[in-house]
Amino acid sequence: MLQPDRIYAAKSDETLTNLILKGGVEIPDRFTRITGDEPIMEGPVIVDLGRLDAAIGANHPLGVALANTDDVSVLAPYLARLDVVVLHFPKFTDGRAYSQARILRQQFGYRGEIRATGQVLPDQLAFMHRCGFDAFVLAKGDPVTAWDRAMTTFSRHYQPASDTSVPAFIRRRENAK
Amino acid sequence: MYQYDQIDRNFVDERVAQFRDQIARRLSGELTEEEFRPLRLTNGLYLQLHAYMLRIAIPYGTLNSRQLETLAEIARKYDRGYGHFTTRQNLQLNWIRLDQAGDALADLADADMHALQTSGNCIRNVTADHWAGVAPDEVADPRVYAELIRQWSSLHPEFSYLPRKFKIAVTGSPADRAATRVHDIGLVLKRDDAGQIGFEVIVGGGLGRTPMIGKTIRDFLPEAQLLPYLEAILRVYNLAGRRDNMYKARIKILVHEIGTEEMSRRVEAEFAKNIDSVLANVQDEVARIASYFTKLPYGPSDPNPESYALRRKSDPAFRRWVISNTFPHKIAGYCIAEISLKPTGGIPGDATSAQMIAVAALARQYSHDELRVTHTQNLVLPHVKMSDLPAIYDVLAAQKLDAPNVNKVGDIIACPGLDYCALANARSIPVAQRISERFADVDRAHDLGEVKIKISGCINACGHHHVGHIGLLGVDKNGEEFYQITLGGSEAADATIGTLLGPAISSDQIVDTVEKILTAYADLRQGNERFLDTYRRLGAKPFKERAYAAA
Repeated sequence: MLQPDRIYAAKSDETLTNLILKGGVEIPDRFTRITGDEPIMEGPVIVDLGRLDAAIGANHPLGVALANTDDVSVLAPYLARLDVVVLHFPKFTDGRAYSQARILRQQFGYRGEIRATGQVLPDQLAFMHRCGFDAFVLAKGDPVTAWDRAMTTFSRHYQPASDTSVPAFIRRRENAK
Repeated sequence: MYQYDQIDRNFVDERVAQFRDQIARRLSGELTEEEFRPLRLTNGLYLQLHAYMLRIAIPYGTLNSRQLETLAEIARKYDRGYGHFTTRQNLQLNWIRLDQAGDALADLADADMHALQTSGNCIRNVTADHWAGVAPDEVADPRVYAELIRQWSSLHPEFSYLPRKFKIAVTGSPADRAATRVHDIGLVLKRDDAGQIGFEVIVGGGLGRTPMIGKTIRDFLPEAQLLPYLEAILRVYNLAGRRDNMYKARIKILVHEIGTEEMSRRVEAEFAKNIDSVLANVQDEVARIASYFTKLPYGPSDPNPESYALRRKSDPAFRRWVISNTFPHKIAGYCIAEISLKPTGGIPGDATSAQMIAVAALARQYSHDELRVTHTQNLVLPHVKMSDLPAIYDVLAAQKLDAPNVNKVGDIIACPGLDYCALANARSIPVAQRISERFADVDRAHDLGEVKIKISGCINACGHHHVGHIGLLGVDKNGEEFYQITLGGSEAADATIGTLLGPAISSDQIVDTVEKILTAYADLRQGNERFLDTYRRLGAKPFKERAYAAA
């Protein structure tokens, strides 16, 4: 069976540092995930969408966690203030968060972190990266190995997405010049 | 036809390497079957009743001789020396071993082919009119746009975990030989008053448990906006399509639940946000792809050469084959020759490796090295000189590929059914075989004219029974195979879902009942009416009376 989210499993133990995959390496997560009615503490926090208004005034790094059924456009007024948007994969076969990430990048020009949580599997990393995710809490496997594989498997992609790769048709056009 | 460049070649090679690694991780236990399943499905590997099946993509049904030879060799090397052409213009091999799947895909990649996205909840292999580029009634060549869509949809990062599978079909002719109105998205090429190319966009058609005719959400979409518009449709579907019930997860259910107007509004709103995206800037790519589909160097050809005329006069079998299996070509002196994969008593769509190699040789010698696969599970030689027909026919006859029955009662579509499929309730293939045997008399079959019989072994409707002039659906009644009959379906431009005739008929009786229905048609028809026309004029009643009359 799949392991539960590391970040969720570890959140009650403040001495344990959660790791996230970002930029190809595992780094400590400086954010604390606030769930339910927990008090919003000082320091970098990630809150649920419903508590965003309550957290927005504080002067510390802020993130928000969405369900994959939430309309990301509700974040529009907050995006300049947000450091992290957490998008969730309840099952790895449920691909709604791919579109949520792309809308954030493509339509709202959001430049902060988009973090994937839930059933994040190594073989989905490349798709997530191309849709604009840049931080990952893997449910399984060695994150660095998975990242290296995801970044090196294909030398070129056919379609433009929310990464920096040059799609095949643009490359061909450049080659033809 | 389209030729891979180095980018395309690298892509399929890298894809093979990726899948080999995934297979190795599955065999080592690193990947669970649940995790591996979508990975193998998007590589065409499907677990059937007895073994793995490999579904190989034949994008928009077009292939060259070398590719068909490669398919024949793969069928020999990794399977049992035959393959099965499907209603989605693909080829299925039914007895593949998991540990050899990577090698089979590598052999495919060597011939510029793949099995990408022939299964799974992603954008499936795109289909098109099998007469693309040669049909006299064509507005524009659908293969150009089908290839554009093939590339855009290949490993699309946003749309690889959709609620359900997603099928796109493109036709360049108003006659619609691509069944666009029963696809998730159907694209019909047309020109506006200024002569510019664009598309009618049809969304939400489909068969399966809940058959629906697609709805037009855009009358004219300019060519350059095709991909941004498709992304808008797919994004609306990915976010709003139902994921709580796999039988309600297709886009047709979303369109049905929110209504065509609301669907159109959402798509247009999404499209408006992306209208300036890089994807709207594909004119150079369209021109590059189109350059592979320019007019072939057709030489002069006599429309009625002496060799052909003499043979036609002296050989009734040849004459009947020409009448039923050849069709007008846009160039005078040429024709489109369809090779029926429905010999009397045969398995619809099956071809042996030897047959494939013989057909590949015919295409190389007589058809500009090009072939098509039809969604009716036949093959096509699209560029044939009239003077070459006798020689082609002789080779086909020697290969037992000369059935003169295209669009006739014997030209049956059938899903694999309970003989292969884990989902089926009943067998499809033996019913098709028995019907074709019953109507083996060529004169009788030709007298009955165009009759499209389609058979599905279960409610998922892979045999397209809903849109058959006569549709048969296998059901299980206390462990026995019965067949429901629907009449009046059509997949063409006048797309119609057939109507259930009455109670299901036992396997023993089903062929007799089909015969009663067709005999009723022969008695009731007026003038040149096809079966479908007579049914539409008279309704179900006379057919029902005859079908259920006591013997």
